[in-house]
Amino acid sequence: MAAQRKISFAGTPDTNPETKPYWDACNEGKLMIQKCLDTGKHYYHPRSLSPFTLSNRTEWVQASGKGKIYTFSVMERANPPFTIAYVTLEEGTTMLTNIVDCDFSKLKIGQDVKVTFIASEEGQKLPFFTPV
Amino acid sequence: MTLRGSIAIVGTAESDLGAVAPGLSPVDLMAQATHRALADCGLQLSDVDGVFAAAGQLRVPTLTFCQYMGIHPRYSDSTLIGGSSFMAHVLHAMAAIRQGLCSVAVVVYGSTQRSQGRSNVRREEYDPYESPYRPWLPPTAYALATSRYMHEYGATRENLADVAVAARQWALLNPAAWEKKPLTRQEVLDSRMVCSPLSVRDCCLVTDGGGAIILTSAERAKDLRRKPAYVLGAGEALSHQNISNMENLTETAAVHSGRRAYDMAGLSAADVDVLELYDAFTITPILFLEDLGFCAKGQGGKFVSDGNLISGVGKLPFNTDGGGLCSNHPANRGGITKVIEAVRQLRGEAHPKVQVPNCDVALAHGTGGLLGSRHGSSTLIMERE
Repeated sequence: MAAQRKISFAGTPDTNPETKPYWDACNEGKLMIQKCLDTGKHYYHPRSLSPFTLSNRTEWVQASGKGKIYTFSVMERANPPFTIAYVTLEEGTTMLTNIVDCDFSKLKIGQDVKVTFIASEEGQKLPFFTPV
Repeated sequence: MTLRGSIAIVGTAESDLGAVAPGLSPVDLMAQATHRALADCGLQLSDVDGVFAAAGQLRVPTLTFCQYMGIHPRYSDSTLIGGSSFMAHVLHAMAAIRQGLCSVAVVVYGSTQRSQGRSNVRREEYDPYESPYRPWLPPTAYALATSRYMHEYGATRENLADVAVAARQWALLNPAAWEKKPLTRQEVLDSRMVCSPLSVRDCCLVTDGGGAIILTSAERAKDLRRKPAYVLGAGEALSHQNISNMENLTETAAVHSGRRAYDMAGLSAADVDVLELYDAFTITPILFLEDLGFCAKGQGGKFVSDGNLISGVGKLPFNTDGGGLCSNHPANRGGITKVIEAVRQLRGEAHPKVQVPNCDVALAHGTGGLLGSRHGSSTLIMERE
């Protein structure tokens, strides 16, 4: 699937062991998030220490890839326009993302979406979401 | 040793405002505002021994400013929480003056973003979890908060438009304001969409400009030439950096900074005669009216559309210079202008058409960062003698 716009990526997944599992999984079409074993809560963005307890008792889990639009904004001044959204995953954590492959005028807060992966110009795949 | 009322704002000034800075740097405007503020209160540059500065364009604004001015203060603070930095600086200056760490403090800001162009002065940190999705900051972050707020509380674009209309009516009474033409609700609704639901008329101006505030102890303030604006209460709050760490996109940290300022002052929203709110976008005054206790949560849009902020008829004078939406917004940290306009009102020196009668208590509120992400907050309550 072609991206509707150029996606530029400047992360350093190969050199940061703390986040490498996330980026490697994206390239395999899997959305990995982390779970704090002290609280049972999931979190994103990836980091070794739990943001809830600062403990390193955390584990990687594969997210279902399902979520709901928490809020969104259509970037009307862009050419072509695109949509930025916060998506709350089924597991409870929220991501900044784009909603792709849909009629932006029909989007609604609370709408069900699922993850899809699109390659950046640099080759690293990134998670996007599309209506179910 | 109580902090309440222990210091006063004794001198204030804006630098030149508008499109004034081709060839100038932010520190030129900081110096200009400082000279004017010192002249305002009659203190000398050599009296200044505390410097509080934040800037978007200067890496270490306190050092740049002090070198330019040729001063060597014994106390400095470059706390940076965006547009809320300056109310926080006043709070920090209060503690420092009270503890004898400095005796005369200047809080100062300058920006040349309008003349230099946004892309020349503003560079976002790259975040691999946000930047690839290309948020256009700051507007996108506010737009995301606005969408969620409208969804949860049933607010409308008309409510947002009415904030811009109220600000415009105040601005038309201010000869120094950037905007000179009337604005209707329909014109806001019909204006070019930037990032939904925010149109270009929901966004504040970008101007060059700056300001300076001179503070000293309440005892020393009595002997200076201007009527002091006593700092009764000040509160600061930090919320979050990344959106994944936000607690609530429709409630701002004004809830906390406001409560702290009210608690210190021993006052409530009902005591406030004039309100100066950082209006980066039309959504922000709506949220702050709620979070600072001027109306119930979710009722901010209705409160505005009921006409409560309209010059001359509304019950709550608001951004009486026309605010960042319509008068001036030294990008992107316009908070200092809110304090300066509040002091102007307390002194009874606002333009006769916008001067609030019997203006005893003013509240200035700053928000810093992007609301949806990177969100700081600070609130200041001041009283005339």
